[in-house]
Amino acid sequence: MIEYRDVSVVRGGNAILDRVSLRIEKGEHVAFLGRSGAGKTTALKVINGLVGPSAGEILVDGAPMARHELPRLRRRIGYVMQQPALFPHRTVFDNVATVPRLLEWPEEKTRAEAERLLAQLELPLATFGARFPRMLSGGQQQRVAIARALIAAPEIVLCDEPFSALDPIIRAEMQSLFDGVVRASGAPPPTGAPEARTTRTTLVFVTHDVREALRIAGRVIVFDAGRVVVDTPADAFMSHQHPLVRRFVEA
Amino acid sequence: MSDLVRLTGEHLLIVSIAVVIAIAAGVPLGTFAHRRRRLGGIALRITDVVQTIPSLAMFGFLIPLPLLGGIGPRPAIVALVLYSLLPIVRSTLVGLERVDAHVREAATAMGMTDRQLLWNIELPLATPAIVAGIRIATVTAIGVATIAAAIGGGGLGTLIFRGVSMVDSRLILQGAVPAALLAIAADALLTQVEHYFAKRRGES
Repeated sequence: MIEYRDVSVVRGGNAILDRVSLRIEKGEHVAFLGRSGAGKTTALKVINGLVGPSAGEILVDGAPMARHELPRLRRRIGYVMQQPALFPHRTVFDNVATVPRLLEWPEEKTRAEAERLLAQLELPLATFGARFPRMLSGGQQQRVAIARALIAAPEIVLCDEPFSALDPIIRAEMQSLFDGVVRASGAPPPTGAPEARTTRTTLVFVTHDVREALRIAGRVIVFDAGRVVVDTPADAFMSHQHPLVRRFVEA
Repeated sequence: MSDLVRLTGEHLLIVSIAVVIAIAAGVPLGTFAHRRRRLGGIALRITDVVQTIPSLAMFGFLIPLPLLGGIGPRPAIVALVLYSLLPIVRSTLVGLERVDAHVREAATAMGMTDRQLLWNIELPLATPAIVAGIRIATVTAIGVATIAAAIGGGGLGTLIFRGVSMVDSRLILQGAVPAALLAIAADALLTQVEHYFAKRRGES
Protein backbone atom coordinates (compact mmCIF):
# COMPACT_ATOMS: atom_id res chain seq x y z
CA MET A 1 0.00 0.00 0.00
CA ILE A 2 1.26 3.45 -0.94
CA GLU A 3 -0.14 6.57 0.66
CA TYR A 4 0.56 10.21 -0.12
CA ARG A 5 -0.39 12.62 2.65
CA ASP A 6 -0.35 16.21 1.42
CA VAL A 7 2.89 15.63 -0.44
CA SER A 8 4.53 18.71 -1.95
CA VAL A 9 7.80 18.86 -3.80
CA VAL A 10 9.22 22.33 -4.29
CA ARG A 11 12.33 22.92 -6.38
CA GLY A 12 13.72 26.38 -7.05
CA GLY A 13 10.55 28.05 -5.83
CA ASN A 14 8.28 26.00 -8.10
CA ALA A 15 5.83 23.47 -6.72
CA ILE A 16 6.39 20.38 -8.83
CA LEU A 17 3.95 18.49 -6.64
CA ASP A 18 1.33 20.49 -4.81
CA ARG A 19 -0.30 18.88 -1.76
CA VAL A 20 -1.03 15.53 -3.33
CA SER A 21 -3.02 13.03 -1.29
CA LEU A 22 -3.56 9.56 -2.70
CA ARG A 23 -3.94 5.96 -1.66
CA ILE A 24 -2.82 3.16 -3.89
CA GLU A 25 -3.91 -0.24 -2.62
CA LYS A 26 -1.78 -3.35 -2.72
CA GLY A 27 -2.10 -5.06 -6.09
CA GLU A 28 -3.60 -2.09 -7.89
CA HIS A 29 -2.39 -1.15 -11.36
CA VAL A 30 -2.40 2.61 -11.61
CA ALA A 31 -1.46 4.91 -14.48
CA PHE A 32 -0.22 8.43 -13.80
CA LEU A 33 -1.29 10.39 -16.84
CA GLY A 34 -0.41 13.98 -17.62
CA ARG A 35 1.34 16.34 -19.96
CA SER A 36 5.07 16.87 -19.56
CA GLY A 37 5.85 18.90 -16.48
CA ALA A 38 2.58 17.88 -14.79
CA GLY A 39 4.47 16.25 -11.91
CA LYS A 40 3.78 12.61 -12.68
CA THR A 41 7.43 11.52 -12.76
CA THR A 42 8.12 13.30 -9.49
CA ALA A 43 5.03 11.64 -8.00
CA LEU A 44 6.57 8.32 -9.01
CA LYS A 45 10.03 9.06 -7.64
CA VAL A 46 8.84 9.93 -4.16
CA ILE A 47 7.70 6.31 -3.82
CA ASN A 48 11.25 4.92 -3.99
CA GLY A 49 12.79 7.95 -2.36
CA LEU A 50 14.69 9.19 -5.41
CA VAL A 51 12.94 12.49 -4.68
CA GLY A 52 12.24 13.62 -1.13
CA PRO A 53 9.05 15.55 -0.39
CA SER A 54 9.43 19.17 0.73
CA ALA A 55 6.29 18.82 2.82
CA GLY A 56 3.85 16.09 3.66
CA GLU A 57 4.51 12.43 4.07
CA ILE A 58 4.68 9.34 1.93
CA LEU A 59 3.95 5.96 3.46
CA VAL A 60 4.90 2.64 1.97
CA ASP A 61 3.44 -0.40 3.71
CA GLY A 62 2.05 1.90 6.35
CA ALA A 63 5.46 3.24 7.36
CA PRO A 64 6.75 6.73 6.54
CA MET A 65 9.91 6.95 4.42
CA ALA A 66 12.04 8.02 7.38
CA ARG A 67 11.31 4.65 9.02
CA HIS A 68 12.45 2.70 5.96
CA GLU A 69 16.06 1.92 5.26
CA LEU A 70 16.05 3.21 1.68
CA PRO A 71 18.40 0.74 -0.06
CA ARG A 72 16.52 -2.13 1.59
CA LEU A 73 13.13 -0.75 0.56
CA ARG A 74 14.30 -0.11 -3.00
CA ARG A 75 15.33 -3.74 -3.44
CA ARG A 76 11.61 -4.55 -3.10
CA ILE A 77 10.60 -1.93 -5.65
CA GLY A 78 11.15 -2.51 -9.37
CA TYR A 79 12.01 0.59 -11.39
CA VAL A 80 12.02 1.01 -15.16
CA MET A 81 12.84 4.31 -16.82
CA GLN A 82 12.49 5.65 -20.32
CA GLN A 83 16.20 4.97 -20.80
CA PRO A 84 17.23 1.36 -20.29
CA ALA A 85 20.21 2.69 -18.28
CA LEU A 86 21.84 -0.74 -18.22
CA PHE A 87 25.24 -1.01 -16.56
CA PRO A 88 27.46 -0.84 -19.67
CA HIS A 89 30.35 -2.78 -18.11
CA ARG A 90 28.17 -5.70 -17.10
CA THR A 91 26.73 -8.49 -19.23
CA VAL A 92 23.00 -8.99 -19.71
CA PHE A 93 23.01 -11.67 -17.04
CA ASP A 94 24.98 -9.57 -14.57
CA ASN A 95 22.62 -6.66 -15.15
CA VAL A 96 19.59 -8.83 -14.50
CA ALA A 97 21.30 -10.35 -11.45
CA THR A 98 21.81 -6.95 -9.79
CA VAL A 99 19.03 -7.07 -7.21
CA PRO A 100 19.31 -10.81 -6.46
CA ARG A 101 22.99 -10.26 -5.66
CA LEU A 102 22.16 -7.34 -3.40
CA LEU A 103 19.67 -9.67 -1.70
CA GLU A 104 22.35 -12.37 -1.58
CA TRP A 105 20.32 -15.01 -3.39
CA PRO A 106 22.09 -18.27 -4.15
CA GLU A 107 23.53 -18.06 -7.66
CA GLU A 108 21.48 -21.03 -8.98
CA LYS A 109 18.23 -19.36 -7.99
CA THR A 110 19.32 -16.12 -9.67
CA ARG A 111 20.21 -18.00 -12.83
CA ALA A 112 16.95 -19.96 -12.87
CA GLU A 113 14.84 -16.83 -12.37
CA ALA A 114 16.82 -14.88 -14.99
CA GLU A 115 16.37 -17.74 -17.41
CA ARG A 116 12.61 -17.91 -16.85
CA LEU A 117 12.08 -14.16 -17.07
CA LEU A 118 14.33 -13.55 -20.08
CA ALA A 119 12.62 -16.40 -21.93
CA GLN A 120 9.28 -14.72 -21.29
CA LEU A 121 10.74 -11.51 -22.69
CA GLU A 122 12.01 -13.45 -25.70
CA LEU A 123 15.68 -12.93 -24.90
CA PRO A 124 16.93 -16.47 -24.17
CA LEU A 125 19.64 -16.42 -21.52
CA ALA A 126 21.78 -18.93 -23.42
CA THR A 127 22.00 -16.55 -26.39
CA PHE A 128 21.96 -13.16 -24.72
CA GLY A 129 23.24 -13.73 -21.20
CA ALA A 130 26.91 -13.10 -21.94
CA ARG A 131 26.36 -10.12 -24.26
CA PHE A 132 27.08 -6.57 -23.28
CA PRO A 133 24.34 -3.91 -23.47
CA ARG A 134 26.03 -2.10 -26.37
CA MET A 135 25.51 -5.21 -28.53
CA LEU A 136 21.72 -5.03 -28.14
CA SER A 137 19.07 -2.97 -29.92
CA GLY A 138 17.11 -0.35 -27.99
CA GLY A 139 14.12 -2.66 -27.62
CA GLN A 140 16.29 -5.51 -26.41
CA GLN A 141 18.01 -3.24 -23.90
CA GLN A 142 14.66 -2.13 -22.56
CA ARG A 143 13.61 -5.77 -22.14
CA VAL A 144 16.76 -6.40 -20.13
CA ALA A 145 15.91 -3.36 -18.02
CA ILE A 146 12.45 -4.82 -17.40
CA ALA A 147 13.93 -8.18 -16.43
CA ARG A 148 16.38 -6.40 -14.12
CA ALA A 149 13.49 -4.59 -12.44
CA LEU A 150 11.22 -7.61 -12.09
CA ILE A 151 13.53 -10.51 -11.27
CA ALA A 152 13.22 -10.36 -7.51
CA ALA A 153 9.40 -10.34 -7.72
CA PRO A 154 9.08 -6.82 -6.32
CA GLU A 155 5.89 -5.96 -4.46
CA ILE A 156 5.84 -2.58 -6.19
CA VAL A 157 6.82 -1.85 -9.78
CA LEU A 158 7.40 1.75 -10.87
CA CYS A 159 7.57 2.55 -14.57
CA ASP A 160 8.41 5.95 -16.02
CA GLU A 161 7.37 5.98 -19.68
CA PRO A 162 9.32 2.80 -20.30
CA PHE A 163 8.26 2.42 -23.91
CA SER A 164 8.12 5.98 -25.17
CA ALA A 165 11.65 5.95 -26.61
CA LEU A 166 10.87 2.89 -28.75
CA ASP A 167 9.44 2.95 -32.24
CA PRO A 168 5.68 2.29 -32.49
CA ILE A 169 5.76 -1.31 -33.67
CA ILE A 170 8.23 -2.40 -31.01
CA ARG A 171 6.30 -0.37 -28.46
CA ALA A 172 3.09 -2.34 -29.02
CA GLU A 173 5.02 -5.59 -28.83
CA MET A 174 6.71 -4.50 -25.61
CA GLN A 175 3.43 -3.46 -24.01
CA SER A 176 1.97 -6.91 -24.46
CA LEU A 177 5.18 -8.63 -23.31
CA PHE A 178 5.24 -6.38 -20.27
CA ASP A 179 1.58 -7.01 -19.54
CA GLY A 180 2.23 -10.73 -19.65
CA VAL A 181 5.25 -10.55 -17.38
CA VAL A 182 3.62 -8.35 -14.74
CA ARG A 183 0.51 -10.52 -14.73
CA ALA A 184 2.56 -13.69 -14.43
CA SER A 185 4.68 -12.22 -11.64
CA GLY A 186 1.80 -12.03 -9.19
CA ALA A 187 -0.59 -14.52 -7.69
CA PRO A 188 -4.13 -14.65 -9.12
CA PRO A 189 -6.11 -11.48 -8.42
CA PRO A 190 -7.84 -11.30 -5.07
CA THR A 191 -11.47 -12.36 -5.16
CA GLY A 192 -13.84 -9.53 -5.82
CA ALA A 193 -11.28 -7.71 -7.94
CA PRO A 194 -13.04 -5.92 -10.79
CA GLU A 195 -11.09 -7.80 -13.42
CA ALA A 196 -7.68 -9.19 -14.20
CA ARG A 197 -6.06 -5.74 -13.89
CA THR A 198 -5.00 -6.50 -10.37
CA THR A 199 -2.25 -8.83 -9.24
CA ARG A 200 -0.05 -9.28 -6.21
CA THR A 201 2.23 -6.67 -7.73
CA THR A 202 1.34 -3.02 -7.25
CA LEU A 203 2.09 -1.23 -10.50
CA VAL A 204 2.47 2.52 -10.95
CA PHE A 205 2.95 3.45 -14.55
CA VAL A 206 3.75 6.98 -15.73
CA THR A 207 2.73 7.81 -19.29
CA HIS A 208 1.39 10.56 -21.49
CA ASP A 209 -0.25 8.04 -23.81
CA VAL A 210 -3.94 7.44 -23.04
CA ARG A 211 -4.13 4.16 -24.90
CA GLU A 212 -1.11 2.82 -23.03
CA ALA A 213 -2.60 3.95 -19.71
CA LEU A 214 -5.91 2.21 -20.40
CA ARG A 215 -4.22 -0.90 -21.63
CA ILE A 216 -2.02 -1.34 -18.60
CA ALA A 217 -3.92 0.13 -15.68
CA GLY A 218 -7.20 -0.42 -13.89
CA ARG A 219 -7.16 3.10 -12.49
CA VAL A 220 -6.09 6.34 -14.10
CA ILE A 221 -4.87 9.36 -12.17
CA VAL A 222 -4.44 12.56 -14.15
CA PHE A 223 -1.88 15.12 -12.99
CA ASP A 224 -1.88 18.75 -13.95
CA ALA A 225 0.42 21.45 -12.57
CA GLY A 226 1.50 19.22 -9.70
CA ARG A 227 -2.00 18.29 -8.61
CA VAL A 228 -4.27 15.30 -9.00
CA VAL A 229 -7.15 16.55 -11.11
CA VAL A 230 -8.83 13.26 -12.04
CA ASP A 231 -8.81 9.89 -10.31
CA THR A 232 -11.01 7.34 -12.04
CA PRO A 233 -11.39 3.66 -12.81
CA ALA A 234 -9.95 3.00 -16.25
CA ASP A 235 -13.27 1.86 -17.71
CA ALA A 236 -14.92 5.18 -16.77
CA PHE A 237 -12.06 7.25 -18.21
CA MET A 238 -13.29 7.65 -21.78
CA SER A 239 -16.59 9.13 -20.67
CA HIS A 240 -15.10 11.33 -17.91
CA GLN A 241 -16.16 14.96 -18.31
CA HIS A 242 -13.07 16.77 -16.96
CA PRO A 243 -11.80 19.12 -19.70
CA LEU A 244 -8.27 17.74 -19.50
CA VAL A 245 -9.60 14.22 -19.97
CA ARG A 246 -11.64 15.39 -22.96
CA ARG A 247 -8.47 16.84 -24.46
CA PHE A 248 -6.59 13.60 -23.90
CA VAL A 249 -9.40 11.56 -25.37
CA GLU A 250 -9.82 13.78 -28.40
CA ALA A 251 -6.10 14.04 -29.12
CA MET B 1 77.29 0.92 -20.15
CA SER B 2 76.70 -0.57 -16.70
CA ASP B 3 76.40 3.02 -15.53
CA LEU B 4 73.58 3.57 -18.00
CA VAL B 5 71.76 0.44 -16.89
CA ARG B 6 72.09 1.39 -13.23
CA LEU B 7 70.89 4.94 -13.81
CA THR B 8 67.96 3.77 -15.95
CA GLY B 9 67.02 1.40 -13.13
CA GLU B 10 67.21 4.22 -10.60
CA HIS B 11 65.16 6.43 -12.85
CA LEU B 12 62.44 3.80 -13.22
CA LEU B 13 62.48 3.10 -9.51
CA ILE B 14 61.93 6.67 -8.32
CA VAL B 15 59.26 7.23 -10.98
CA SER B 16 57.44 3.99 -10.07
CA ILE B 17 57.49 4.71 -6.36
CA ALA B 18 56.23 8.25 -6.96
CA VAL B 19 53.44 7.19 -9.32
CA VAL B 20 52.26 4.40 -7.01
CA ILE B 21 52.06 6.86 -4.11
CA ALA B 22 50.29 9.38 -6.35
CA ILE B 23 47.70 6.74 -7.36
CA ALA B 24 47.15 5.73 -3.75
CA ALA B 25 46.50 9.35 -2.83
CA GLY B 26 45.04 10.68 -6.08
CA VAL B 27 42.20 8.23 -6.71
CA PRO B 28 40.68 8.66 -3.24
CA LEU B 29 41.18 12.43 -3.53
CA GLY B 30 39.43 12.47 -6.90
CA THR B 31 36.57 10.38 -5.50
CA PHE B 32 36.31 12.73 -2.56
CA ALA B 33 36.36 15.74 -4.91
CA HIS B 34 33.44 14.15 -6.77
CA ARG B 35 31.38 13.66 -3.59
CA ARG B 36 32.18 16.97 -1.92
CA ARG B 37 32.12 19.55 -4.62
CA ARG B 38 33.41 22.55 -2.75
CA LEU B 39 36.25 20.90 -0.83
CA GLY B 40 37.08 18.97 -3.98
CA GLY B 41 37.38 22.21 -5.92
CA ILE B 42 39.85 23.53 -3.38
CA ALA B 43 41.92 20.36 -3.48
CA LEU B 44 41.98 20.51 -7.24
CA ARG B 45 43.10 24.12 -7.23
CA ILE B 46 45.97 23.31 -4.87
CA THR B 47 47.22 20.50 -7.13
CA ASP B 48 46.81 22.93 -10.05
CA VAL B 49 49.09 25.47 -8.38
CA VAL B 50 51.66 22.79 -7.53
CA GLN B 51 51.72 21.82 -11.19
CA THR B 52 52.77 25.35 -12.22
CA ILE B 53 55.88 25.42 -10.01
CA PRO B 54 58.94 25.01 -12.24
CA SER B 55 60.47 21.66 -11.44
CA LEU B 56 63.96 22.97 -10.76
CA ALA B 57 62.48 25.47 -8.29
CA MET B 58 60.40 22.72 -6.68
CA PHE B 59 63.50 20.63 -6.05
CA GLY B 60 65.18 23.72 -4.66
CA PHE B 61 62.29 24.41 -2.29
CA LEU B 62 62.47 20.86 -0.97
CA ILE B 63 66.13 21.02 0.05
CA PRO B 64 65.62 22.93 3.35
CA LEU B 65 62.46 21.02 4.35
CA PRO B 66 62.79 18.63 7.28
CA LEU B 67 61.74 14.96 6.92
CA LEU B 68 60.48 15.10 3.33
CA GLY B 69 63.15 17.40 1.98
CA GLY B 70 66.90 17.44 1.80
CA ILE B 71 68.93 15.94 -1.00
CA GLY B 72 68.92 12.48 -2.55
CA PRO B 73 66.14 10.27 -3.87
CA ARG B 74 63.62 11.02 -1.11
CA PRO B 75 62.87 14.66 -1.96
CA ALA B 76 62.98 13.65 -5.64
CA ILE B 77 60.16 11.19 -5.01
CA VAL B 78 58.22 13.78 -2.99
CA ALA B 79 58.42 16.25 -5.88
CA LEU B 80 57.37 13.63 -8.43
CA VAL B 81 54.37 12.66 -6.30
CA LEU B 82 53.28 16.28 -6.20
CA TYR B 83 53.53 16.56 -10.00
CA SER B 84 51.74 13.26 -10.61
CA LEU B 85 48.87 14.06 -8.31
CA LEU B 86 47.03 16.55 -10.50
CA PRO B 87 46.47 14.41 -13.59
CA ILE B 88 45.33 11.49 -11.45
CA VAL B 89 42.96 13.50 -9.24
CA ARG B 90 41.55 15.31 -12.24
CA SER B 91 41.05 12.23 -14.38
CA THR B 92 39.39 10.39 -11.50
CA LEU B 93 37.00 13.29 -11.06
CA VAL B 94 36.31 13.53 -14.79
CA GLY B 95 35.80 9.77 -15.07
CA LEU B 96 33.29 9.78 -12.21
CA GLU B 97 31.51 12.81 -13.62
CA ARG B 98 31.11 11.11 -16.97
CA VAL B 99 29.12 8.23 -15.52
CA ASP B 100 25.64 8.52 -17.05
CA ALA B 101 23.21 10.05 -14.57
CA HIS B 102 20.55 7.53 -15.60
CA VAL B 103 22.89 4.64 -14.90
CA ARG B 104 23.58 6.09 -11.47
CA GLU B 105 19.85 6.57 -10.89
CA ALA B 106 19.13 2.99 -11.93
CA ALA B 107 21.78 1.66 -9.56
CA THR B 108 20.40 3.70 -6.68
CA ALA B 109 16.84 2.66 -7.47
CA MET B 110 17.87 -1.01 -7.52
CA GLY B 111 18.89 -0.57 -3.89
CA MET B 112 22.64 -0.08 -4.01
CA THR B 113 24.13 1.80 -1.09
CA ASP B 114 26.47 4.72 -1.82
CA ARG B 115 29.44 2.47 -1.27
CA GLN B 116 28.08 -0.23 -3.60
CA LEU B 117 27.35 2.40 -6.22
CA LEU B 118 30.93 3.63 -6.00
CA TRP B 119 32.62 0.22 -6.12
CA ASN B 120 30.27 -1.64 -8.46
CA ILE B 121 29.35 1.06 -10.92
CA GLU B 122 31.17 4.37 -10.70
CA LEU B 123 34.80 3.31 -10.24
CA PRO B 124 34.67 0.52 -12.86
CA LEU B 125 33.13 2.93 -15.35
CA ALA B 126 35.73 5.59 -14.51
CA THR B 127 38.69 3.20 -14.79
CA PRO B 128 39.66 4.02 -18.41
CA ALA B 129 39.77 7.72 -17.53
CA ILE B 130 41.76 7.03 -14.35
CA VAL B 131 44.28 4.95 -16.33
CA ALA B 132 44.59 7.83 -18.81
CA GLY B 133 45.48 10.09 -15.88
CA ILE B 134 48.05 7.58 -14.63
CA ARG B 135 49.57 7.47 -18.11
CA ILE B 136 49.93 11.24 -18.26
CA ALA B 137 51.32 11.32 -14.72
CA THR B 138 53.89 8.63 -15.53
CA VAL B 139 55.12 10.26 -18.72
CA THR B 140 55.40 13.61 -16.94
CA ALA B 141 57.23 12.03 -14.02
CA ILE B 142 59.76 10.35 -16.29
CA GLY B 143 60.60 13.75 -17.76
CA VAL B 144 60.65 15.66 -14.50
CA ALA B 145 62.76 12.95 -12.86
CA THR B 146 65.71 13.93 -15.06
CA ILE B 147 65.83 17.21 -13.10
CA ALA B 148 65.96 15.27 -9.82
CA ALA B 149 69.66 14.69 -10.43
CA ALA B 150 70.15 18.35 -9.54
CA ILE B 151 69.50 17.48 -5.89
CA GLY B 152 71.25 14.15 -6.04
CA GLY B 153 68.15 12.13 -6.79
CA GLY B 154 70.02 9.93 -9.23
CA GLY B 155 68.58 8.58 -12.45
CA LEU B 156 69.30 9.46 -16.05
CA GLY B 157 69.44 13.16 -15.22
CA THR B 158 72.85 12.46 -13.66
CA LEU B 159 74.28 11.91 -17.14
CA ILE B 160 72.55 15.00 -18.50
CA PHE B 161 73.83 17.29 -15.74
CA ARG B 162 77.29 15.80 -16.05
CA GLY B 163 77.15 16.41 -19.80
CA VAL B 164 76.00 19.99 -19.32
CA SER B 165 78.80 20.84 -16.92
CA MET B 166 81.39 19.21 -19.18
CA VAL B 167 79.81 20.65 -22.35
CA ASP B 168 79.68 17.11 -23.70
CA SER B 169 76.72 16.62 -26.03
CA ARG B 170 77.29 12.91 -26.27
CA LEU B 171 76.95 12.52 -22.52
CA ILE B 172 73.78 14.64 -22.55
CA LEU B 173 72.33 12.40 -25.24
CA GLN B 174 73.25 9.31 -23.25
CA GLY B 175 70.91 10.54 -20.56
CA ALA B 176 68.29 12.22 -22.71
CA VAL B 177 67.68 9.50 -25.28
CA PRO B 178 67.00 6.67 -22.81
CA ALA B 179 64.75 9.03 -20.80
CA ALA B 180 62.76 9.84 -23.95
CA LEU B 181 62.57 6.15 -24.86
CA LEU B 182 61.33 5.32 -21.38
CA ALA B 183 58.60 7.94 -21.71
CA ILE B 184 57.53 6.62 -25.10
CA ALA B 185 57.49 3.03 -23.86
CA ALA B 186 55.48 3.94 -20.74
CA ASP B 187 53.00 5.86 -22.89
CA ALA B 188 52.53 2.94 -25.28
CA LEU B 189 52.18 0.39 -22.50
CA LEU B 190 49.65 2.40 -20.51
CA THR B 191 47.68 3.22 -23.66
CA GLN B 192 47.24 -0.53 -24.08
CA VAL B 193 46.06 -0.85 -20.48
CA GLU B 194 43.61 1.96 -21.09
CA HIS B 195 42.20 0.23 -24.18
CA TYR B 196 41.88 -3.00 -22.26
CA PHE B 197 39.74 -1.34 -19.59
CA ALA B 198 37.72 0.63 -22.14
CA LYS B 199 36.92 -2.61 -23.89
CA ARG B 200 35.98 -4.31 -20.67
CA ARG B 201 33.60 -1.56 -19.73
CA GLY B 202 31.92 -2.16 -23.06
CA GLU B 203 32.91 0.91 -25.01
CA SER B 204 34.80 -0.03 -28.11
